[in-house]
Amino acid sequence: MYEDNPGYNISEVLSNPYDPALSKKLYDPKKPMANRITDIGPPHYEQFFPPVIKKNYGKWKSHEIVEPGILKYTSETGDVCYVVRCGSPRLITTDLIREIADIADKYGEGFVRWTTRNNIEFNVDSEEKMRALVDDLKGRKHPGGSYKFPIGGTGACVTNIVHTQGWVHCHTPATDASGVVKAVMDELFDYFTSQKLPAQVRIALACCLNMCGAVHCSDIAILGVHRKPPFVEDDRISGVCEIPLAVAACPLGAIKPATVELDGKKIKTVRVKEERCMFCGNCYTMCPAMPLADGEGDGIAILVGGKISNRISAPKFSKLVIPFLPNEPPRWPTVVNAVKNILETYASDANKYERVGEWAERIGWERFFEKCDIPFTDKSMDDYRLAYDTYHTTTQFKWSVHTDNL
Amino acid sequence: MADVKKHDTPMVDDLKSGPWPSFVDDIEQKGLAGKQACLDLLGQLELSFKHKETHWKHGGIVGVFGYGGGVIGRYSDVPDKFPSIAHFHTMRVNQPASKFYSSAFLRKLCDIWDYRGSGMTNFHGSTGDMVLLGTTTDQLEPTFYDLTYQMSCDLGGSGSNLRTPSCCVGKARCEWSCLDTQQICYDLTQEYQDELHRPAFPYKFKFKVSGCPNDCVAAIARSCCSIIGTWKDDIRIDQEAVKAYVGGELKPNAGAHSGRDWGAFDLQKEVIDLCPTGCMYMYGDELKINNRECTRCMHCINVMPEALRPGTDTGATILCGAKAPILEGAQMSTLAIPFIRMEPPFDEFKDFVDKIWDWWMEEGKNRERFGELIQRESIQEFLRRAELKPIPQMVKEPRSNPYVFWSAEEVPGGWERDIKEFRARHAA
Ligand code: HEM
Ligand code: HEM
Ligand code: HEM
Ligand code: SF4
Ligand code: SF4
Ligand code: SF4
Ligand code: SF4
Repeated sequence: MYEDNPGYNISEVLSNPYDPALSKKLYDPKKPMANRITDIGPPHYEQFFPPVIKKNYGKWKSHEIVEPGILKYTSETGDVCYVVRCGSPRLITTDLIREIADIADKYGEGFVRWTTRNNIEFNVDSEEKMRALVDDLKGRKHPGGSYKFPIGGTGACVTNIVHTQGWVHCHTPATDASGVVKAVMDELFDYFTSQKLPAQVRIALACCLNMCGAVHCSDIAILGVHRKPPFVEDDRISGVCEIPLAVAACPLGAIKPATVELDGKKIKTVRVKEERCMFCGNCYTMCPAMPLADGEGDGIAILVGGKISNRISAPKFSKLVIPFLPNEPPRWPTVVNAVKNILETYASDANKYERVGEWAERIGWERFFEKCDIPFTDKSMDDYRLAYDTYHTTTQFKWSVHTDNL
Repeated sequence: MADVKKHDTPMVDDLKSGPWPSFVDDIEQKGLAGKQACLDLLGQLELSFKHKETHWKHGGIVGVFGYGGGVIGRYSDVPDKFPSIAHFHTMRVNQPASKFYSSAFLRKLCDIWDYRGSGMTNFHGSTGDMVLLGTTTDQLEPTFYDLTYQMSCDLGGSGSNLRTPSCCVGKARCEWSCLDTQQICYDLTQEYQDELHRPAFPYKFKFKVSGCPNDCVAAIARSCCSIIGTWKDDIRIDQEAVKAYVGGELKPNAGAHSGRDWGAFDLQKEVIDLCPTGCMYMYGDELKINNRECTRCMHCINVMPEALRPGTDTGATILCGAKAPILEGAQMSTLAIPFIRMEPPFDEFKDFVDKIWDWWMEEGKNRERFGELIQRESIQEFLRRAELKPIPQMVKEPRSNPYVFWSAEEVPGGWERDIKEFRARHAA
């Protein structure tokens, strides 16, 4: 039924070399609708399936992780497919993508896939090809010595960190994304290439509370947070945004319309009730004259114990355990150590199959803070909407360092 | 060497060392080969490392004619220092479902982006698009024409639109998939092109499709409408393979725990005792499952993929309303439809979508996510508008307060009463 969509079979358009002059002939700014193709959607996926995938679609019977990063799938037809999974920094250049295309041509019949967590997967149909591919990938390095295609990210590991834009492309971040991720993954590299954790540990980073990476259900979440209320640029505000929208943006009603005198003229602006502000940045999203960023005020909060999968226990939100750590480019040592400490405390204490959140719930959060040696502060106690749901309303608790001096 | 200028970036350069792939090296090499934008980007990042603040301005409104999304405007606030990234807009290109590519496709995309833009990308954005990172306003239309004419590709969603749907690898490679995830994803994307390109919603709306309750695309946490595969019949058991796991011939969890000695596999402790519903037991040397009690959590199947497989009477569970914390706090999707068949043309599902979109477009406030509307107007209103029957599966437990909003029709005699009659029975 989609046969008439140009994206249904794109082999012909792909076989023509790129013609940079074509768009000039087609696009006329005076008649913008002329020659315009719209609403065709993405190309049809099936034409990008490797032959072994196409043939065995829906017939896969089981799989096995041969070694970290290498999966073997067996089909009811007897066919097998090997998948080699490699990490990537997500922020990659066309040169690297061309290199990936070359590798796909050499080993994978010209096909390659990306995973949800920004890993690259090369599919090959025999063990020989898989071994040759693995040897090849291991030898590819950047000039500074880092791997271009580290193999891992399967099973009970720390797989790639999903993350957002940070200082590389966004206007609201409270921290960087790519830099922090590089620093953390360098330190946890061994956990990416091995499978020695009790279960998989998903780490995610979002550089502000908008959480484009949806970090709120991760085993360990690294979250950029602001700590200073927004500026109000009285001389700019009415020119760049609508005051009622700025007022309505605040979930806590902390923004009120105001009139002030500037150079003898009365102008409309807003005022922020600073003690009410929770630094969410929503005002800045709506109004460019209310920036929050501040080198000293901004930093990182750590949340733990979330999960997505429905395995054993229901999906969970991540919980805030460290309210603030400073931004320390280029390597964020305090953040890196905090993440590593939580990971390794968990690794040494949790049962097989237990996710970070399941472990924390089993031992109790008081014990979590004790074992991880993280100071508990009132900032970990909810005071937003529905906060009461998280309070302890029982006499059942554990004795821990927090009660030992009573 | 091309005529380019490298900035002094000592802090950023520190991120070249270490084993994890260095984005700095990749970008710098690209820059030295002739792309000044790459070197300027690293230069501006160094400045951000120094100030610990971003140097991007609040985005401007840019786009391609006729579309209200797909392009994110971005301008540097230090354009004099870094002129080649003064304008640095992003284009979101709708990925093929589950992100398989041919090398020919990738190369041509690279040709376009080397010519039209910075040569930098995000493969991929969090929502799933191929993100082409950084170009100038005058290149937006030519890039769009290049994409549509020479790649048969289209832009993805941004703003108050349907966002680009995404899905897991599904039946293409995963034996657990209960859904044709790519087909669903592709079909919805095509069906709702207008909603994807032209903002008509109060805010963004997301569909995500996972083939089974492992939920590899995090649908339950990230989508307004989560489509997650499930089954109604029994888990398929191969008793011989169960014995092979017990005997140690097969590796538990497909070898996912190979890096550590966890001792010999213990079926009782690792599977039967961890089953959240306690519905598994041994009968002689056979593993039995009381399927009526199973909640399809996937644990046993994950541990013994050779021995256990989902059933074959498959469909989807639909959950609604997930979102990140802004504004009313984070929400996960709430169970709406326990089981629905997902076969083309997906009429029953699309019918449901029409109903909830009608409600949201009528009642939703500006920048109110669908999940927030459910919160504000109530789950009962959601069920009424979606014409769904309340079932106990929708709640963890019944409410503990008695503050029920009865309607007049539900109470015999309605709410019209005569106070005089009342007082005739009861003196004031
Ligand atoms: C109120 C909430 C949100 C706001 C105001 C917001 C705003 C933004 C902005 C300004 C950008 C542009 C970054 C750039 O310059 O490239 C962006 C990027 C993006 N956002 Fe959001 N965002 C929100 C929540 C989310 C959520 C919950 C998701 C996904 C689940 C998401 C997915 C994305 C994606 C995929 C990108 C593209 C860049 C990337 O992948 O990092 N956003 N968002
Ligand atoms: C060992 C067998 C498994 C295989 C072969 C497998 C396969 C995959 C694949 C191919 C992806 C990438 C999905 C995509 O991008 O489309 C993925 C991601 C994921 N898998 Fe699995 N999976 C396995 C086990 C599990 C288990 C046991 C769980 C949960 C307990 C799980 C949870 C996830 C999650 C949550 C993601 C998404 C990553 C994220 O964004 O957080 N997987 N898996
Ligand atoms: C608006 C809410 C409430 C009002 C107006 C209210 C009012 C009263 C009044 C007037 C009495 C005395 C009855 C009597 O002996 O003459 C009473 C007794 C009592 N109330 Fe409430 N109450 C409320 C909510 C609650 C709640 C929420 C609880 C517990 C969760 C509660 C627990 C009790 C108990 C335990 C007694 C004593 C009953 C007994 O004598 O056995 N009340 N309440
Ligand atoms: S999480 Fe915040 S700062 Fe980061 S890309 Fe998204 S909107 Fe920008
Ligand atoms: S940062 Fe958030 S809480 Fe503070 S004034 Fe702005 S919108 Fe309100
Ligand atoms: S969600 Fe389920 S079906 Fe889809 S890839 Fe993950 S495990 Fe497989
Ligand atoms: S899927 Fe989960 S609930 Fe069902 S039998 Fe297996 S472990 Fe038990």
